[in-house]
Amino acid sequence: MSQGVEVVGLYVRDQDEALAFYVDKLGFRVHTDVRNGNYRWLTVQHPDQPTFQLGLFTPGPPIHDAATAQTLAAMVAKGAMPPLVLVVDDCRAACERMSASGVEFTQEPIDRYGTVDAGFRDPSGNGWKMIQARR
Amino acid sequence: MSAGTVTQNPELLRRLLRAKDRMDAAPEEAWPVSRLADVSGVAEAHFARSFKVAFGVPPHRYLLTRRIERATTLLRDTDLPITEIAYRTGWQSLGTFGRTFRDITGKSPGEIREDERAAKRELDRVPACIVSAAERPDLTMAVSEKRRREAPGINGPRKEEA
Repeated sequence: MSQGVEVVGLYVRDQDEALAFYVDKLGFRVHTDVRNGNYRWLTVQHPDQPTFQLGLFTPGPPIHDAATAQTLAAMVAKGAMPPLVLVVDDCRAACERMSASGVEFTQEPIDRYGTVDAGFRDPSGNGWKMIQARR
Repeated sequence: MSAGTVTQNPELLRRLLRAKDRMDAAPEEAWPVSRLADVSGVAEAHFARSFKVAFGVPPHRYLLTRRIERATTLLRDTDLPITEIAYRTGWQSLGTFGRTFRDITGKSPGEIREDERAAKRELDRVPACIVSAAERPDLTMAVSEKRRREAPGINGPRKEEA
C-alpha cells in the first residue's frame, strides 16, 4: 500500500504513561519517539498493522497556547474525544488478559449482533471499543 | 461549553468520568450520590455540582436518560415483556417507568417498540456503545419541569366557561 492513512493521533495527558499503557498493556510497539525541545513526536503501532501508526500527543506549547491546551486536556479527561475501535480475535480472552494487567474496563464483554464487544479507557480518558472480529 | 468546564481540573474530570462510566455500565443499579462520589473520590457535598459542570446534567438525570435509552434498546431488540424491561432497567414500579418514559420520549414503551421495529436501521454496523451513547435522550430539564410545562391547563390560560 502506498496511499492511505498513516498516522492518527490521540491526545494523552502524559506521554510516558500513555506509552506504558499502549505498549505494556495493549501490546503495541513504539514506531517513532523523537524529541525536539519540549516537543515529542511519539507514535505506536499494532504488531499486525505495519502501515498504521497511532500518535500519542500531549496538548501544549509550542503547538497550543495554554488556554487551548487546558481545554483539550479537559475534553480528553471527560471522555469527549471521538470513539476508537480495536478489533481482536477473542474479545473475552483479551479482556481477561488486559483486566489482569490493570486496564480500566467500562463495559464487560457482551454477546450481541453476532459478535462480542467490550469497552475500556486509556489512563487519559480516551474510550476504546474492543470488538471481536466476525469470522 | 461553560467557562466552568475549562477551569475544572483534568484530573478531577477523569475521576468524574469514572462515575459516569459506572452508571453507563450498570444503569439498573441504584446510584445515590454517596456511591458516585465514592467512585470519583470526591466529597459527597461537591459531587453533584462538579458532575453537572463537567457533563451538563445532574447525575440523577444522566442516569434517568441512560435507563430510558437502555429500555428503548430492550424494547427494540428483545421480546421481553414491558414489566420485565422496567425491572431490568432499574425501576421499582411499572407505573413510574411508563410515566417517566412517556414524559421523556413523548411516547409509551409499547409505541416506541412498534416505531423502533418499523424503522429497521442498520445499527449493527455501528459499535454498540456508540449507538447507546447516541440514542440517550437529551433531557435538558428535570422531568418534573418538563411535565409541568407540557401539562395543559395547569399554568396555561384557562378555558373560558361557556
